Amino acid sequence: MEVPILKQGAFLIATFQAALSDADLNHLRMGLVQQVVRFRSRAVIVDVTAMDVMDSFASRTLREIAHMIRLRGAETVIVGIQPEVAFAMVQLGLTLEGVATALDLEEGLAYLNEKFKTAN
Amino acid sequence: MSAGEIRVAINSDQDIVSARQKGRAMAAELGFSTGDATLIATAISELARNIVSYARKGQITLKTVNGLNRQGVAVIASDDGPGIRDIQQALRDGFSTSGSLGLGLPGVRRLMDEFEITSQPGRGTTVTVKKWRQ
Repeated sequence: MEVPILKQGAFLIATFQAALSDADLNHLRMGLVQQVVRFRSRAVIVDVTAMDVMDSFASRTLREIAHMIRLRGAETVIVGIQPEVAFAMVQLGLTLEGVATALDLEEGLAYLNEKFKTAN
Repeated sequence: MSAGEIRVAINSDQDIVSARQKGRAMAAELGFSTGDATLIATAISELARNIVSYARKGQITLKTVNGLNRQGVAVIASDDGPGIRDIQQALRDGFSTSGSLGLGLPGVRRLMDEFEITSQPGRGTTVTVKKWRQ
């Protein structure tokens, strides 16, 4: 299942539709980095609201996405981690250290708009 | 195979998703909360991932189990892979031989109520975990 990447002004929004396999996540990682370059995007929002499970691989991939995008000079915000998914992540010992998170898409956009207000 | 038992062959990363979805469905059917069903699904995901990473193929068996006045789910992850030479070490946080995060086994242990592992080098590994409905 491919993750659609939507261009919204200077931002890209990737919305996870359902349970993603490792191959899908790797595909998304490549796709996002390429699109950030192509559109000269300032930031990427990854919306994981629909994600059923955040295991070690998924959380490592999200961290890698954020780091790669930072190397391109853009920012990543992960939005929509569900309460029970957050609980399971903490039990499992997973963190998204160094990666910005927000409650949902709206909060994520508000955070980025505020951050890039002076720059735009 | 009884009605309360599901087996999922684990041969690729696609099977990881299918195993955890079946586990979540079983937990929901047994009346587990969404939170606990997510913990079970996450544990299955990690166990299936270990199979793919270390043994390449194996299987996940999901079972309903009955205890004293309680019901639960058992997840049995088994493979005929290389086995684990030092189980104590594998159960320590941060240990990994596959370049992964090394959170797999100790993390799974924290997600579930009961945890049991048997492994023979060269013969394979079986991990059995259980979660009881609150």
